[in-house]
Amino acid sequence: MELLLVLILGLLYAAGVYLILRRSMVKLLLGIMLLGNGANILIFVLGKITKGSPPVINEAYKVFQEIYADPIPQALILTAIVISFGLTSFAIVLLKRVYALVDSDDLDDLNTPEEEDI
Amino acid sequence: MLFTVLTGLITSSLLVPFGKLMKTKWSVLLPFIPVILFLFYLWHVPVVANGTNVIQHLAWVPSLGVNFDFRLDGLSLLFALLITGIGTAIFFYGRSYLKGHIYFDRFFAYLLLFMSAMLGVVLSNNILTLFVFWELTSISSFFLIGFNNDSKESRNSALTALSITGLGGFFLLAGLVLAGNIAGTFIISELFAQHDKLVNHSLYPLIIGLVFIGAFTKSAQFPFHFWLPGAMKAPTPVSAYLHSATMVKAGIYLLARFTPILGNTELWNTTLLIVGGFTMVFAAIHALFRTDLKSILAYSTISALGILTFLLGLGTTEAFIAASVFILVHALYKATLFMVTGIIDHETHTRDLTKLGGLRKVLMPVFIAAVLAALSSAGLPSTFGFIGKDLIYEATLHYHHNWAIWLTALAVITNIGLVAAGFMAGIKPFTGKLPQAFEQVHLPYKSMWIPPLILAVLGLVFGIFPGITGDYFNHQTAIAIAGENLEMELKMWHGFNTVFILSLATLATGTIVYFLNKPSEAKLRAIEQFNHISPQYIITKIGAGIKQMSAWYTNVFHNGYLRSYHIKIILFAELLLGYKLWLGGPVRIDYANLTPLSWYEFGIAAILLGAMYLIVTTRSRLTAVVSTSVIGYCICLMFVFYSAPDLAMTQFTIDTLTTVLFVLVLYKLPPFINFTSRGVPIRDAIVALGFGIIISLIALRVLYEPNSTAISDFYGENAYLLAKGKNVVNVILVDFRGMDTMFETVVLSIAALGVYSLIKLRLKSSEKE
Repeated sequence: MELLLVLILGLLYAAGVYLILRRSMVKLLLGIMLLGNGANILIFVLGKITKGSPPVINEAYKVFQEIYADPIPQALILTAIVISFGLTSFAIVLLKRVYALVDSDDLDDLNTPEEEDI
Repeated sequence: MLFTVLTGLITSSLLVPFGKLMKTKWSVLLPFIPVILFLFYLWHVPVVANGTNVIQHLAWVPSLGVNFDFRLDGLSLLFALLITGIGTAIFFYGRSYLKGHIYFDRFFAYLLLFMSAMLGVVLSNNILTLFVFWELTSISSFFLIGFNNDSKESRNSALTALSITGLGGFFLLAGLVLAGNIAGTFIISELFAQHDKLVNHSLYPLIIGLVFIGAFTKSAQFPFHFWLPGAMKAPTPVSAYLHSATMVKAGIYLLARFTPILGNTELWNTTLLIVGGFTMVFAAIHALFRTDLKSILAYSTISALGILTFLLGLGTTEAFIAASVFILVHALYKATLFMVTGIIDHETHTRDLTKLGGLRKVLMPVFIAAVLAALSSAGLPSTFGFIGKDLIYEATLHYHHNWAIWLTALAVITNIGLVAAGFMAGIKPFTGKLPQAFEQVHLPYKSMWIPPLILAVLGLVFGIFPGITGDYFNHQTAIAIAGENLEMELKMWHGFNTVFILSLATLATGTIVYFLNKPSEAKLRAIEQFNHISPQYIITKIGAGIKQMSAWYTNVFHNGYLRSYHIKIILFAELLLGYKLWLGGPVRIDYANLTPLSWYEFGIAAILLGAMYLIVTTRSRLTAVVSTSVIGYCICLMFVFYSAPDLAMTQFTIDTLTTVLFVLVLYKLPPFINFTSRGVPIRDAIVALGFGIIISLIALRVLYEPNSTAISDFYGENAYLLAKGKNVVNVILVDFRGMDTMFETVVLSIAALGVYSLIKLRLKSSEKE
């Protein structure tokens, strides 16, 4: 399974990079989201994935009795997901605003005329 | 001493609010600033003449060893008196010269700043503060040289001067820091004791090389001399101040100051002899071909600076005495000649020698000043210049080397050129027939012709009673340069000896050259033929090349397209990471440790990859957004399989929210347009795939390494015992790392505020394009 996840995260990174190299602002944002997902899986896969044993202590005990999934990557990813939601939601609203102002999804239309001369 | 440095800086800043006031008759107050400072240093003369060094210490940045340490010894005092004394003359002169000028207040602000910076340079006892003031002189002189900012030539000259002296300052800093680190102190008076340590260090040649570049650029030594003639675009009071006593002498001061610290070695002396010797002859000959009065003075100044460098290179006691006297000699006559030139320019509106003549009939007192200065520069017996020249010849003749005779010959040739140049600048415009156009010329304000007259007369007084300067300052100056005690007595009459004969021969030959050499346009043209091999041409070309290269570089790297920045950053990261991966050898996979793959996981991965393909290729925005959410849900399922229920819940909620927001907000955007040509997507795809492969390989390599679970075990064991929670992930977030989570909440709240206000903000119709 690790190999499959490694393949998926590599492709997520590749797709993310490809999208941020486009001119469209929406694609840029989608690319950032894919990169974020790729990074989450990267962290996840590096922390020894374990099947069917979540890091929750059994009702009857005070400490773990058997093997359990590594909680640290999970805590990190949870934080990352939430923060990237903050970023994405703000970016979406910002995009709408930009669209309302310049009527375009093209990043190049945001360049000021002086810069176009260069 | 600190107050003398600060006075100029403070009054300079005060001119910003009170500049308007100074354009009225209140401007009469301005010259009294240098007067007070001059009197202050005059008052110190007897103290220093006894051999006492006045020291002042004030902590500035003690942790870096940068402090306001000031020290007044013979060398500093001579320069401080020149800066404030000639400064006084220039302030009186400049006030009349620029009367009614629109930037009158600015001019004095720059001039005061410059004066303070110069005082700072010569008084600093800490090499780092010395450097700070050194740079301040470069900056303030930039404004002074470019004062006529509506003229392109003037702006270019200012820029040349700044880049040459600024570049030199950069090297100087490196040299000073090196020296300071080796010696273990930045205090100049403590560096004297470190002479042997510094001179024997393996980095010694580098240190003095760096210091030399700093000094040579400032003091206009070949091949950095060309900024000085260009700097003549400045108003004449500025030229008179910068080139007689201050700016260009700063380099000489530096060399003199560091002679006891770094000098007295073959490398030091030979370099100075060669550079100074070449510069003095080269510039003296050049001066004769000029027709512009200020150009003549500029080249004779370079020549004089060459003489001083040359004398410091001789490194004998006699040479140090000669240098200490010649600094004063040159300052007095050169300032006078510059001010005279300024008067001529001011009254006749030309500085062209081929047009000027007979002005003695209309400008008598100016003529007297000019003649006295020219004679002093020629070294006529009974002028101060005579004593200076005597000492130079004595120093070269008594040099302890077979070269003594050749060095003397060089000095004689230089002085012949200087005699002729002095006559051309000081006598030529006043003799001959007065052209009709100049018959209406009249004397300017008294404050313009009295200062040069006083300086010229001083040259005569010091020439007849050389004991005044010899005993009071030059003696201590020479001691400070030599770094040891020496005997010195200045006399007007040395007896009828070789030196005297040489002096007379120089004077006679110089006069003959003056009469034979008629300045003309043709000669100027002839010498301009060599321009394409001049250092100025070469350095300007290099400068233009650098400018072109940086323009190209900027255009390539800062072209205003976001994706172009992205691709550069990613390519760079690929190179760096790829190199690091390659260094680590082949990537290995530990198959025994892998988790088995079940069919439903495979199915989900297939859906995920399909969605990804759709995002990249689709033209519909909605498809892309929905596909992104599909990817999110697939990842959510992965989390479910691999024991991360909290992640699965969060991912599910957030993904849903994002998609809803996306669709709600962006539903009315048009479909994607394909902007790029066919080649570009292929290039981007290669770059992107490369990046993905590199990340995958890194992941594989990390997977092969054994895991350390010490921290996870700590959380696992203590989640309940310490924090009374059984879901370890939750315990980590809200308890062990509770502070982080709190700030994360703050970040989210700020983002929420941003989202809310952007949605609420109504667009004004005027804002829409």
